[in-house]
Amino acid sequence: MIYLAVSLIAAAWLAPLVVVVLNSLRTNEEIAQGSMIGWPQHLAWSNYAAAWSGFCVAETCAGIRPYMLNSALVTIPATIFSTLLGAIAGYAVSLWRFRGDNWIYGIVTLGLFLPQQMRLLPWTIVLRDVGLINTLTGLVLIHTIQGLSFTTLFCRSYYVAIPHELIRAARIDGAGFFRIFWRIILPLSGPILIVTVIWQFTHIWNEFLYGVTFITGQQQPVTAALIALSAAVADIPQHGVQSAAVIIAALPTLLIYLLGGKYFVRGLTAGAVK
Amino acid sequence: MAALSIRGLSKRYANLEVLKDIALDIESGEFTVLVGPSGCGKSTLLNIVAGLDRPSAGTIEIGGRVVNDVAPKDRDIAMVFQSYALYPSMTVRQNITFGMECRHIPKAEQDAAVANVAKLLQIEPLLGRKPSQLSGGQRQRVAMGRALVRNPLLFLFDEPLSNLDAKLRVEMRMEIKRLHQRIGATIVYVTHDQIEAMTMATRIAVMHQGSVQQFADPDTVYRFPANLFVARFMGSPPMNTMPARLEAENDGPVVVIGAGRVDELRLRLRGYDAAAPFVGRKVVFGIRPECIAEGSRTFSSEAPVLVEAPVELVEPTGAETMVLLRLGGEPAMARISPDIRPAPGTSAVFALDTRRICLFDPETERLIA
Repeated sequence: MIYLAVSLIAAAWLAPLVVVVLNSLRTNEEIAQGSMIGWPQHLAWSNYAAAWSGFCVAETCAGIRPYMLNSALVTIPATIFSTLLGAIAGYAVSLWRFRGDNWIYGIVTLGLFLPQQMRLLPWTIVLRDVGLINTLTGLVLIHTIQGLSFTTLFCRSYYVAIPHELIRAARIDGAGFFRIFWRIILPLSGPILIVTVIWQFTHIWNEFLYGVTFITGQQQPVTAALIALSAAVADIPQHGVQSAAVIIAALPTLLIYLLGGKYFVRGLTAGAVK
Repeated sequence: MAALSIRGLSKRYANLEVLKDIALDIESGEFTVLVGPSGCGKSTLLNIVAGLDRPSAGTIEIGGRVVNDVAPKDRDIAMVFQSYALYPSMTVRQNITFGMECRHIPKAEQDAAVANVAKLLQIEPLLGRKPSQLSGGQRQRVAMGRALVRNPLLFLFDEPLSNLDAKLRVEMRMEIKRLHQRIGATIVYVTHDQIEAMTMATRIAVMHQGSVQQFADPDTVYRFPANLFVARFMGSPPMNTMPARLEAENDGPVVVIGAGRVDELRLRLRGYDAAAPFVGRKVVFGIRPECIAEGSRTFSSEAPVLVEAPVELVEPTGAETMVLLRLGGEPAMARISPDIRPAPGTSAVFALDTRRICLFDPETERLIA
C-alpha cells in the first residue's frame, strides 16, 4: 500500500517532466499532427542543437546559449559571495557573543519571510541609485544580499554545534576573528558549504522575477529568456525545441544535485564535530 | 612573587551574582586547585583569569601586572580545556604550533619547541595524526602539550580529567602531578572532584555559591575545615556531622551527643580551648570516618576512647570495611579494618580518635575548634 501510494505520488510528480522530455525528442510536425502527449516516432536530437545555438529568441538567432552564459555569470559569483558571507555571518552570530547578536541574527533571517514581490520596488530604487539597472552585476548584488538570510541561517545552525571551547582555545593561542574562521571553522564547514552552495545555486539559477524585471534583451538570464522564447514564436509553436530548451536550462541544477546530493542530506543532519 | 593575585573580584549576570568578592594570592610554582560543586563559580573564575570573560568588579594581576584589560593571548597564560578543544582539522603538530604561528615565531624555533614538548609528554609518534585518530588519554596529552609549548607564567586547567574513564583519570592525575614537580610551573586547576584536589594541590580553594570557603593546603582543609560545607564536601565518605551540646565538667569541656537519651554519648575534649565560649550551648559535632575504628585500634600512645554502638549496615570495600553505626542515636560512618565484619543489628565496640574532633557553630556553620 505504501509503495502504491508513493509510486502514484511520484508518477504525478514526474508526469510533466516525462512529457517535456518526450516532446524534446519529437519533431514539430509530429507534435502538431498528434497530441502534446505521445512517444517519439524517432529520436529527434536536432531539437537540442537548435535550442542550444540556432533557435531565434527575440531578434537574435543564437539559441539559448548566451542566456545560459548570462545565468552562469549571475549564479556562480552570487552563490560564492552569498555562501561565504553567510558562513562568516553565521560564524559570528553563533560563536562570538556580542551585544545585540540575537537581534542581528533575527533581522537577517527575517529576510526569509518577506515575499519576493514586496522587495521588487526597494531593489528598483537601489539599483537605479547605484546605476546597476539592466546589468548582470545588479543581479549578482541582489542575489548575494537576498541569499544572506538563508546562508546565515544555515551556517549558524551548523556552527552552534561547534564547541565554544575551540574558539576560547584559539583566542588564548592568539588567533583573531578571521584567523579562527579560516584555520579552524572553515575546514570543518565542508558539509554545510555544500548544502548552501547547492541551495543557492538552484535558487539563483531558477529565479525568474528579478531576472525578468531588472534585465531586458540580451542580458537576460535563461529563465527569463525561455519565456521570450515561447512568446517570440509567432508562426507555428515550436514545442519540440522549446522542450529541449527547458531541459537544457534545467541541466546545471540537476548536475549540481547529482554531484553534491549525498552531501546535501548528510549536511542537513550532520552535527558538526565530535 | 605572586604569580596570580585576585582582589575584590565579583561577577554578576543580571540579577545573579556568580562570584562574590573573591580574593586569592597564588605564589609562583604553586599548584592551586579550585574545587567545588557544579555551579559554584569555579569555571567562571578561571575564564575571568584567562580573559575569556570579564569581571564585574575587582582586579586580576598575573606576574605582578594588572591584566583586566589585556587580551587572553597577551596574558602569558595557557589553558587546558575539559573537552581538550583540539582543532579537529589540524594534525597534532599543527595543534601544538598554532599558537606560535599566530605569534609569528620562526619555523625552526617552532620545530624545536614541538620536539621538546613531544619528548616530555611522549607523544612523538602522534605528531602526524588528527585529533579524531587519538584516544582520550592521548588527546589529553596533546592538549597539555599545546599549553606547555607556550611556557607561560600561568597554566589554567579546566576540569581536564572529567572526560576520562576512572582508570585513565588516576594515571593522568599522577602524570600531571609529576609534570608539575618536574617543570615547577604555576598551575590553577579547576575540578569538582575533591580527590583530585587533595592528591594534586599544594593549596586548595574550596568554592561554594560564588565565594571561596577556605583557601589552604590540603592537610589543613581536611583536618580543619573552615565550615560545615567544607567538612561535608571534602573527604569520601565525608565527615560525619551531628547536633550535640557542649557541657562543662570538672576537668574540662565535654561534648554530649543525644543528650537525655539512654544511649547518650559523652566525649571528653582535650586541647579545645577555643570551644570555651560555647560551653552550655548547642554545637555541631564532626568526626571523620577514619577516626572511628574497631575497638582494638590505638590512634596514639594514649588509651583510645571506647564506645559501644549499634551497627546498622556493613559495606566491605576490600581495602577497608565501612560501617554505618549510631552515636547517641545519630548516624555515623566508620572506617574499620577490612577483615573485621561486625554483624548488622548487633552492637560492637569502636575506638574513637577524640583528638581530631571538629566542632562547628550551628548558626554560622563556622569551625569553632
